[in-house]
Amino acid sequence: MSANILMFKITLLLYATSTVLYLIDVIARRAKAGQLARWILLGGFVLHCATLITRYVEAGYTPVANLHESLSFFAWTIVGIFLIFDARYRMTVLGAFSCPLALTLMVFGSAAPKTIKEMNPALDSWWFPVHVTLAFLGNAVFTVAFVAGVMYLLQERMLKSKKFSALYYRLPSLEILDTINYKCLSFGFPLMTMGIISGAVWANSAWGGYWRWDPKETWALITWFLYAALLHGRLTIGWRGRRAAIFAIIGFLCLLFTFLGVNLLLSDMHSFSAMEGR
Amino acid sequence: MNIIVVGLSHKTAPVEIRERVAFSPTAMDKPLHEMTALPAISEGVIVSTCNRVELYATSRDVDAAVGQLKRFLSTYHGILKRFLSTYHGIPLEQLESHLYEYQGEEAIRHVFRVSASLDSMVIGEPQILGQIKTAYGYATEFKSVGLILNRFLHKAFSVAKRVRTETDIASNAVSVSFAAVELARKIFGTLDNKKVLLIGAGEMCELAARHFLNNGAASVMVTNRTYERAEKLAEEFQGQAIPFEEFPQKLHQVDIVLTSTGAPNFILGHDKVEEVIRQRKNKPMFFIDIAVPRDIDPKVNKIDNIYLYDVDDLQGVVQANLKERHKEAKKAEAIIDQEIGQFFRWLGSLDVVPTIVGLRKKLEGIRQGELQKTFANLKDLDKKERKAIEALTAAIINKVLHQPTTVLKQSQNDASGDRYVDAVRTLFNLETEATEE
Repeated sequence: MSANILMFKITLLLYATSTVLYLIDVIARRAKAGQLARWILLGGFVLHCATLITRYVEAGYTPVANLHESLSFFAWTIVGIFLIFDARYRMTVLGAFSCPLALTLMVFGSAAPKTIKEMNPALDSWWFPVHVTLAFLGNAVFTVAFVAGVMYLLQERMLKSKKFSALYYRLPSLEILDTINYKCLSFGFPLMTMGIISGAVWANSAWGGYWRWDPKETWALITWFLYAALLHGRLTIGWRGRRAAIFAIIGFLCLLFTFLGVNLLLSDMHSFSAMEGR
Repeated sequence: MNIIVVGLSHKTAPVEIRERVAFSPTAMDKPLHEMTALPAISEGVIVSTCNRVELYATSRDVDAAVGQLKRFLSTYHGILKRFLSTYHGIPLEQLESHLYEYQGEEAIRHVFRVSASLDSMVIGEPQILGQIKTAYGYATEFKSVGLILNRFLHKAFSVAKRVRTETDIASNAVSVSFAAVELARKIFGTLDNKKVLLIGAGEMCELAARHFLNNGAASVMVTNRTYERAEKLAEEFQGQAIPFEEFPQKLHQVDIVLTSTGAPNFILGHDKVEEVIRQRKNKPMFFIDIAVPRDIDPKVNKIDNIYLYDVDDLQGVVQANLKERHKEAKKAEAIIDQEIGQFFRWLGSLDVVPTIVGLRKKLEGIRQGELQKTFANLKDLDKKERKAIEALTAAIINKVLHQPTTVLKQSQNDASGDRYVDAVRTLFNLETEATEE
């Protein structure tokens, strides 16, 4: 087992510990567990950074070329974005929702083959890191929007039905959750847009064409339109609250399909095998 | 020395009994004086609130003390105001079944629980701690407390504080009007810049409006079928009065609506509110309908971004919050368990015999240490000389210890004993398992 894989495994372990502690905080209401979870998650994130750097050095390319690397990178961006939101809003509950998501990605990532393969020289350009970093950051921000959306719907349901579970006392106010939805949208949408544009530019330099309507591109566009509709609705017609939360959830599902479903179900030039030198 | 609690509370006695043994807060010197004058009692505190009357005392003879305290409680008022004895004072046989008594660890637990508001009618209500502090204040003022109760009550206050900060026992509202404020916070996050509309008048409604203002709401608009009443209320809240016919046009400007009119039918229907929320671009609104019969069509709650609560809903919230408090109370009990152990060990250390033994041990330890140092330096001493030095040092210790030991033993039987013991322990830094802050 290489040092890199070992670091990855330790990171996974730290995320798992953090997840358990976050859940203990929210379910058993031990505030100390949540504080500990935050520090462990931060430690895991730092180690994760180191993992990605060593991977970059070992492989010689930005480590998002196979499923293992992509999942790991996605989890890294989610944790990073969560930590940023957490610094601003101090929300243990958000951690209790986001952390398991990142952990799930890491678990799948650990099951995927981890071998480093030669990269197709045609694709090896500096547009590659730009494209994937932007795309993944966008994905991570929208993941937080999804998490906030789920929390919003739970909270709204309880306020409407007037039946309060223990979670009610831990969830933040609707206003804050809706603000997170909006913030995520206003950061995530430009990131996603730039991700798509940089991808097109990269495609042009690699294959001599900006857009080929391969399934990944098509789905990315569908997702982009969905978020564009939400942003428009928010800014002009006053969409907010429940509707915005539902949109964020649907958007995330599309995103997940664009990210994983297309790669796993529909093979094309975005599939990981296409990344390898043949 | 033992800590004893004798008393009754809302859990064991109805108000008809409690009022007959209650003490007036304006004249505590006499009962405190009489209580500590009881032969078996050395220190005493009297806590008398509308929900409980309790005597805290220390004594060396628990059985005698409990009997005397019970008699004191039953006869004090009877003796004092014999002419009013139909109202005050109560025969012991009748009182007995309502009384509880605790000693030692159980007494400590009881007082910790009472001060932490775990024994209150509404768990977590904050008044009881203040009442015990006042009772303790009288006791210090009239010098009825000494070393043990002083430290005991201070400990109880710090335990109560710990419970308050480390658990959520008091964090959720248990009154309808506060529950409304908390709900608003769950919806709006903060109440800053939120506008409140008060439709109609009513005690609960006005109270809620006041809570909203105290918690940051920007302004209050008031409307009433009688415009003069609206004006009067508006003046009270430094708000704006509007004629009753005009309030539907103002609805879109406000975030929180409180209604309590005597109207027989709904004054706000589904369609009107839907129109208002469109006008507000879906900015959420919180309607609180305290009127019976209700003022607002319950279907309004189905509209997105509208939250409608009636009286029963708010009661439900209060019930849910109370359940939460009971859950938190379990955490509080664990904190109390910890603290009892600590305090009880300190109390045990106040016994005279272990103190004398500890003091001897301490000095003997010093003597042995110094002897070894000296012998190590003076290697050419012969056996006889060594013996002489050992005897000399032992004699010094015995002489020094003679007087303190005698005083400690003598003081065992009077109230000053604990003070001597504590002083000796502090001066000679004798091991006490209880680490006090």
